[in-house]
Formats: sequence, structure tokens, C-alpha cells
Amino acid sequence: MAKDWIKKFFIYLFLTIGAVVMMFPFYWMISSSVKTAAEYNSFPPVWIPKNWLDFSNFVKAFQAAPFATYFLNSIIVTGSSVLLTGFITILGAFGFSRLKFPGKTILFSFLVAFMMVPFEMLVITNYQTVSKLNWIDTHYVLVIPFMTSIFYTYILKNFFDTIPDSLYYSARIDGASNWKYLWRVMVPIAKPSLVTIMLLNAISSWNSFMWPQLVINSDRFRTVPFGLFAFMSDAGSDTQLQLAAATVSVLPMIVLFLFARKYIVSGVARGGVKG
Amino acid sequence: MEEKKKKKRREDSGYIFNRKYEPLIYLLPFAIGLLIFTIYPIINVVIMSFKNGYRLSGSYNGIGIENYTYVLTNKYFLSAIKNTFIYVFTVVPIATILSILIANLLNQKIKGISFFHTAYFLPMVTSAIAVGISWRYMFNKKFGVINWLLGLIGIGPIDFLGATAGVAPYNMLTVIIFGIWNMMPFTIILLLSGLQNIDPMYYTAAKVDGASSSTIFRRITVPLLAPTIFLTVVVNMISAFKVYNDVIPFWAGKAGALGTNLYTMVYWIKETFYSKLRLGQAAAASIVLFIIILFFTMIQKYIQKKTDY
Repeated sequence: MAKDWIKKFFIYLFLTIGAVVMMFPFYWMISSSVKTAAEYNSFPPVWIPKNWLDFSNFVKAFQAAPFATYFLNSIIVTGSSVLLTGFITILGAFGFSRLKFPGKTILFSFLVAFMMVPFEMLVITNYQTVSKLNWIDTHYVLVIPFMTSIFYTYILKNFFDTIPDSLYYSARIDGASNWKYLWRVMVPIAKPSLVTIMLLNAISSWNSFMWPQLVINSDRFRTVPFGLFAFMSDAGSDTQLQLAAATVSVLPMIVLFLFARKYIVSGVARGGVKG
Repeated sequence: MEEKKKKKRREDSGYIFNRKYEPLIYLLPFAIGLLIFTIYPIINVVIMSFKNGYRLSGSYNGIGIENYTYVLTNKYFLSAIKNTFIYVFTVVPIATILSILIANLLNQKIKGISFFHTAYFLPMVTSAIAVGISWRYMFNKKFGVINWLLGLIGIGPIDFLGATAGVAPYNMLTVIIFGIWNMMPFTIILLLSGLQNIDPMYYTAAKVDGASSSTIFRRITVPLLAPTIFLTVVVNMISAFKVYNDVIPFWAGKAGALGTNLYTMVYWIKETFYSKLRLGQAAAASIVLFIIILFFTMIQKYIQKKTDY
């Protein structure tokens, strides 16, 4: 029918325009990261740089600031945060889902209310705490304060709640301890939820900016976003170089997203909270 | 997520623990982290906010509401509140409306859905600081692609990032546009999953009755999507009240072209406690922020209850 055809056309037209607007800043970042100074400073803007394979901006950026160190720090911090928070979340979710203790329901609803308190409000005290512990300028300071996540525990507890108890009894009859049951039975079943939690945690840890800005002073411990910020505020660094560094800095998250889009999207949709 | 909670509460007492303290082992690490990094800070920030003259050194002279009167009369904090409100009440509604339209289009039977999903969701995982550098270049007065586009329709050039004669009228607009772009992926995802949860039966029935697609959208989609829309508005408002990262890329970390014109509440709190070491005032300001967030959350929860279908 002609009417359907026109409708379809407009759906694709609007979606395409929207997609171009959403993706454009990425295209502009990547294309400008290979621009020469003349191309960068030209008006009207250069849409397609002449030499796509000219990586001299990348080389210069990595020479001007220790981006390799920043990356290493981000990898260490993100990796340990995912593992530590994941471990504590698994134990906590198991506790809330399966253990019996008085006041459990009330305690859990309090915890859910705590989710509303913004981290920004806790930042002043947490800064004092980590200074007293002498953790300023360490990797711990970027990992340990985030080891307990009510939000992730909440998601995983809800998933654990759906696992039938009959599995537990047969495991016990086979002689498995609670600990073994958790790791051999529940964790494998909850894998999709766990992967989602770990991905959301990895994204928020990798992109974390304000907290590192407060607790990291030395160049040696800077993570990527903060390192990028320091590089950007330095007088005399060219925007093309900043864009080259920015391109490299978002690459791991883009790759992660392309491979695990479904997990990330389902986690966000289910939890209703950003990372 | 809410429905799952209501699933029959397990009556099992059947979990066998070999030692009395065994249950503790599972909750202990969680509890330690929670106590040190969430519960203690909540209590402490309230106490701190009532300690007059409280600085990092720990010296203070009595208990009172001095910090609150200082904060609520400080011209920069008041302008931070104003800026934050302008940001919240432009970014959240615009991002929500655009996201409803796009989510609705993405919910149609279309080809290339994974391409569109990737395009619309990708900004959610990339750092605002990094992509902000690209936006800063796009907003550039002389070489920026946005001013080039505006030039095509005879507008501008607009000095998005700069200031002339002590005023920077377009700085806020810059942050708002960037904020909308940042907020949309998350909002579209939530709304799309809300749309996908609507029973297709309603649409079939409406089509049988010969309803037009605009009637279907107004009479079925919007009302049934209302709970999800409220949820996204609440979550987005909470996060928008905490706006900080969106200001950072454009002026190398300063609050606007004039250095003070674009204070947000979180920005002011961070500067007051971190650069000026005025802990009591920062604590009082963060309590003010929390009360504002709480207030709007309550209003929205109330409206949601009234309009729940």
C-alpha cells in the first residue's frame, strides 16, 4: 500500500537523521584526530581528512603525556574493581537471598533507600577517610571505596531469588557445602546477570572522573579520563592531539559495547540506573 | 524488576549451616564496605554541616546553622542552584520527549535494527570528558562545524564557548546541548524496554476497531508507557541535579568562560571542600542538594501513584 510505503520512508528518514546526530561527535573526533594543523584550523571545516593513515598526532600525544601509564592504571583499576566488587556482590546477594536472620526484609528496604543518596554527598567524608588511611595516590583508593554496591547486589539478589531450592537440596544430598553450592550451582546459573553487572561496573570504573580528580595527585596513578583532562588543561596542547588521545581512550569501551551490547542494554533496562 | 520482588517469599528454613557464624561470612565484606563508605559518611556529613567554621584541620567553634546560612546567602552557590535548575529543567524534558519519539520509531518493524541500536546507545558507554573534547571543537566559534551549519541558514557565528564584555550568554546552551546528547541513550533504552513490555493485544484490538496510528500513540502507547516515562524522568532528574562532568570539557575544567558563570551545585561543593577546604559549608551545601533531589523524587513518586494504571 502506498500509505505504508510513505510511513516506512519517514521512519527510516527520522531514524537516520537521529543516528547521524548521535554518531557525529564520534566521527568528528576520529576524523579530526588525523587532521593536520592546517586542516584542523580551516573553515569551512574539512569533512574528510586527506591522509587517514597519518598517525603522527597519536605519536605526538603519547610522547607529550604518559598515556601508556594512564592506560595501564585504568586497566589495573577497572580489572580489580570488577573482580573485587563482583566477588563481594556475589557473597552479599547470596546472603540476602538465602540466609535467614531477623530484620532482613527491613534491612534490605533500607539499603534500597540508600541507593538514592548521591555519591557526591558522601565524597567529603570518603575523602577524609582515604586520606587518614594514606591511600591518596594509590590504586586502592580507586577500587576499595566502590567494593560494596547496593545496586549490583540488588540486581543479583533478585536473580538468585528465582533459582528454585530443589537444586539446593540435591546439592546438599550430594555432600556439597553452602560455599560449593554457591560457586558451582548458583553462580553458573546467574551468569547472564553477573556478566551484566560486571560490564556496568567496568564502564563506570573506566569512565570515573570526579573521584580520581580528588584522590590522585601524582601523574603515575592517573587513570585515562583524568589523564586526558590534565592533558587538555595543559597550556599549549593542540586539540588534534587531545582528540587523538580521546579517540584511543574511548576505544576499549566502544569495543566492549560492540561485543556485549545486549548484556549492557538489558542490564540498564532492568536496573533503571546508570552504571 | 518490581514484579520479581513480589514473587512468593521463600518460606525455607531448610538452609543448613554447619557453624553458627557461617551466614556472617557471606554478608561481612558487604557490610564492612557499606558501613565505612556509605553509612558512616551519611551520618558524618550531617554532623559536619552543623559544625561552625569546620575546616579540614578539624578546628571548629560550636554547633549551629552557620554553614547553612552562609551557603544559602552565598552568591555563587545561589547562582549554582539557578544554573543547576536551568540545566535540569531544559535537559530532562527535551531529552525525554526526543527519546519517546525515537524509542517509538525503534519499536517499529524495521531493518538494520542493530545498527540503529548501536548508533543511539553508544554514547552511554563513552566518557563525557573524552567525547566532550570533540564537542568543544564542534562548538568552536571560528572553525566549529556547528557554526558552519548555522551559517548555512544565515545564523551566527555564535560564540558558544566564549565571553564578551563580561557576559557569556551561550555557555549554558552549550552544556545543555551536550547534556541532552549524553542523556538520550540511557533514556531511549529504558523507554524502548517499556514499549516492548506493552501487550501487543492492545494494538491488535485498536487496529480491529480502526484506530489511526496517531490515536493509538496517544490513547494506548503514551498511557501504558507512563510509568516508564516517570521512572526515566525521576532517574534522569536525580542524575541531572548532580551535573558536573558535562561542564568540564569545555573550559578546561573551569566553570564557564568567565570561570564562575557556570557553577553547578556539585561543582561548587567540590571546589568548596577540595580547593577551599571549607568542609562544613560543603557539607551543608551537599545536604541542600540532597533535600532538593529528595523533594523532586517524592513529587514524582506521588504523581506516579496517582496516575498508575
